[in-house]
Amino acid sequence: MSATASTADRAFVGGALITGLLFGVGLVLSGMTLPDKVIGFLNPFSGAWDPSLGLVMVGAIGVHAVLMRVILKRGTPLIDTKFHLPTRKDLDPKLIGGAALFGIGWGLGGVCPGPGLVGAASLASPLLLFVGGLALGMGIFRLTNKA
Amino acid sequence: MNWTAFTPLSALAGGAIIGLAVSFFLLLTGRVAGISGIVGGLFSPKPGDFAWRLAFTVGLLGVGLAAAVMFPEQVTASSTRSPLAMLAAGAIVGYGTRLGNGCTSGHGVCGISRLSVRSLVATATFMTTGILTVTIIHFAFGGSL
Repeated sequence: MSATASTADRAFVGGALITGLLFGVGLVLSGMTLPDKVIGFLNPFSGAWDPSLGLVMVGAIGVHAVLMRVILKRGTPLIDTKFHLPTRKDLDPKLIGGAALFGIGWGLGGVCPGPGLVGAASLASPLLLFVGGLALGMGIFRLTNKA
Repeated sequence: MNWTAFTPLSALAGGAIIGLAVSFFLLLTGRVAGISGIVGGLFSPKPGDFAWRLAFTVGLLGVGLAAAVMFPEQVTASSTRSPLAMLAAGAIVGYGTRLGNGCTSGHGVCGISRLSVRSLVATATFMTTGILTVTIIHFAFGGSL
């Protein structure tokens, strides 16, 4: 395989499309696209806890933790010259504050970014509103933080 | 516990497919498939770095469209939250995931699989504030807001 490093390559763009499709199928099958089910999962003290979505994490991490180690043994990915994994280890206020905000929004709406995009394609108004807000929040971050 | 709502097999299977998706992306491109990072990058486009992000997003939307036709009960949201709450939730999630460099996919799946300390802390944090938020709405506002 010839190793290239451009994210503009047809193989890269096609691979991203396949990843999005596969990811979307997993999200729909898992139940992550149902806001009330997400809220039922984040509600363990209600007396009517639905633990299902914890198993989505178990399934995803179980598969990826194993495959990831096999893949990294290759040394290089298929269409790039090296792996680009995050290397930071510091715990800064942005990480904690950002994650805290994300959790608040996740609990408020019962939707995280992927399921929001998948669900918005159904044109269901709660998810269209969520994705509109998502674009707004990401846009505000972009305007107030230098890339 | 709400046993009638419990769907362990579809949750596990869906999760396994998500694990395959992020593994495929890592094998092919050597990168982490974090949804908020991929989508957030659409807002600061760089030459040659836009089409793949759009393609990934189109993949998610395409599945949503197909599911809305074939399995509408899996994507047609019955939401107990008000329109204003959904809009605010989106904005908070959008800003927070960019500030914290990730969401359920990047930190929750990819990061924890790597045993990244940042991702473990981020996931513990958003699980905690998520449960707190839902619990407060459940007990103080009767479950609807």
